[in-house]
Amino acid sequence: MAKTQLDEVNRNIYDIKNKDNYDYKIKKGLTKEIVEEISKQKNDPDWMREIRLKALETYNKLEMPTWGPDLSELNMDEIATYVRPKSKLNSSWDDVPDDIKNTFDKLGIPEAEKTSLAGVGAQYDSEVVYHSMKDELLKQGVIYTDMETAVREYPDLVKNHFMKCVPISDHKFVALHAAVWSGGSFVYVPKGVKLDMPLQSYFRLNSPESGQFEHTLIIVEEGASLHFIEGCSAPKYNKVNLHAGCVELYVKDNAYLRYSTIENWSKNMLNLNTKKAICGKNAQVDWVSGSFGSRISMLYPMSILNGEGAKTEFTGISFAGKGQNLDNGFKAIHNAPNTSSVVNAKSISKNGGKCTYRSLIRITENAKGSKSSVSCESLMLDDFSVSDTVPTNDIRTDDVEFSHEAKIGKISDKTIFYLMSRGLSEEDAKAMIVRGFAYPISKELPVEYAVEMNNLINLELEGAIG
Amino acid sequence: MGNLLEIKNLHAGVEDKEILKGVNLTIKPGEIHVIMGPNGSGKTTTANAILNNPQYKKTEGTIIFDGKDITNKSTDEIARRGVFMSFQLPEEIPGVSVTNFLKYAKNKVTGKPVKIFEFKKELAKYMEELNMNAKNMDRSLNVGFSGGEKKKNEILQMLVLNPKLAILDETDSGLDVDAIKTVSKGIEMFKNGNNAVLIITHNTKILHNLKVDYVHIFVDGKIVKTGKQALAKEIEENGYSKYKNLI
Repeated sequence: MAKTQLDEVNRNIYDIKNKDNYDYKIKKGLTKEIVEEISKQKNDPDWMREIRLKALETYNKLEMPTWGPDLSELNMDEIATYVRPKSKLNSSWDDVPDDIKNTFDKLGIPEAEKTSLAGVGAQYDSEVVYHSMKDELLKQGVIYTDMETAVREYPDLVKNHFMKCVPISDHKFVALHAAVWSGGSFVYVPKGVKLDMPLQSYFRLNSPESGQFEHTLIIVEEGASLHFIEGCSAPKYNKVNLHAGCVELYVKDNAYLRYSTIENWSKNMLNLNTKKAICGKNAQVDWVSGSFGSRISMLYPMSILNGEGAKTEFTGISFAGKGQNLDNGFKAIHNAPNTSSVVNAKSISKNGGKCTYRSLIRITENAKGSKSSVSCESLMLDDFSVSDTVPTNDIRTDDVEFSHEAKIGKISDKTIFYLMSRGLSEEDAKAMIVRGFAYPISKELPVEYAVEMNNLINLELEGAIG
Repeated sequence: MGNLLEIKNLHAGVEDKEILKGVNLTIKPGEIHVIMGPNGSGKTTTANAILNNPQYKKTEGTIIFDGKDITNKSTDEIARRGVFMSFQLPEEIPGVSVTNFLKYAKNKVTGKPVKIFEFKKELAKYMEELNMNAKNMDRSLNVGFSGGEKKKNEILQMLVLNPKLAILDETDSGLDVDAIKTVSKGIEMFKNGNNAVLIITHNTKILHNLKVDYVHIFVDGKIVKTGKQALAKEIEENGYSKYKNLI
């Protein structure tokens, strides 16, 4: 609780709307002309323009998902897929326009950069407005830049990896992403280089009735190690905004990658994000994920364990309030012997919110000697919130250790009375129980994010009583 | 000195069942009171009614604490005014350490910021006195604690929160001889001329080392007899049958 002794964040910082002061906003809708226009606006090389146009064809062929939350309120004719902010890419915060800089200041990004990060990227609407990394990493050959620069300066690396981990035909919103993607971060960590401080990219969507489609591509070479943090937020509007990002992670033999996310989109956001990691021999990818915002979220990070002895851990929490339907989970594909996956998923639902844990654990015939243990726990704060668990376990060999545990609970009146008898108000008591429930997740987050998460819990619980 | 607690004609129960049928009890600062009585006679209900547990409904009577009517105040307000209750079955709070919980609660009860370094020192001192494992400080509150550890933890909370009135609801039940001594020691450490203790018990062992001012016998939702320490000894030898016949 030491963390919660800090000043509470005012919800308003997330909800500050800057004037929709863009440099260029494409007309709403999704047509070949619009995709071509985005490509032109972004000065794509031919090969990238071709990927976009092919992806659009795939998008038009694919059906909307028939399972999970109802997406019928999404009308692509009402979404502007590209909004260029009035700022070029800068490497000094002083050069970022004031209104944009103030937003990131309030989110604490430049401050965290000084104290606890090795590098920072900041995206505003469709383009990255700031990118910087410590010099010593540059000398070690680490690349951390926006995706547009990567396409221009490292075309071979990008060509060999872009939409290869996540195939364009994976699902409709991946195809959409590939057609209109803009912004995002590119990270390359050379063989054996271990970063002791994290890199962090922050994605802010300010423009109403628009979409954010950033692409994150990370390559961690053999024996290298990286902690990457992704933060997202947006102010609330009355109409639907769309986020369909894509994250592709390549974790080579003996390499380590930790990917932490705190997602705090506004509650008019449809968050249809796709994240996958491919792990080599004895490589490890750990996901830490906090999902708070969004009206609808469909997010199932996937670890593909292709190398013998590869490991993955997923630690995630979802918090759904009124009107939110968070359909989140995790997928692990064990393709090689002696691989292991550990899942620790928690969800909290209140005030009619719905949380679903949806997962896939596939252990192929080849993955003998593999282990998988899944634990998911849900906490419902009232009688009309919903929690659901939809696990799929596809195990094709006998030589495995597998366990799955699911628990659904409520806060008992006895517990609240106990805490109130120690001087805590009902609100304080509930918040303490929820923070305690979330603690196994928050302790895995970088400290600033753990603080932010506790503050979000407190904010979510304010006025939740009565 | 005025009364610390004054219960007047209290009627209370669970759902439609009346359990307390007119309890009158007055406690002055500096006193130790004991409530004894057969199962179901209303001892625990009295404790819960003082703290206004919403599961217990009051139908008649008033409770004055420190000169203020607290009959219908919320539990947290009553706690902040200086009433503490040690639970028979303390709740488990996963993910919240003993230290953080108590620091938070102390801040709520005193309304003042708690200095962490001094606070941890104070906590360590009390834990040593109560023969508690110092490592418990960092464990989740009551999670995986043995019955004895949970009860000692309640006494630790009493010492840290330093209420004006501590109600100990069968804190000694299920404890071995050494643990009961530790609980008595905790009560002695807590006790001074300005505060008071209300001990609810079945067992007179806990009273051996304490100077008790009054013993009240509860039968069927009423106090049927009040006496001095000797009354506890009499109950120890003869049981409640004599008093059951009083109603």
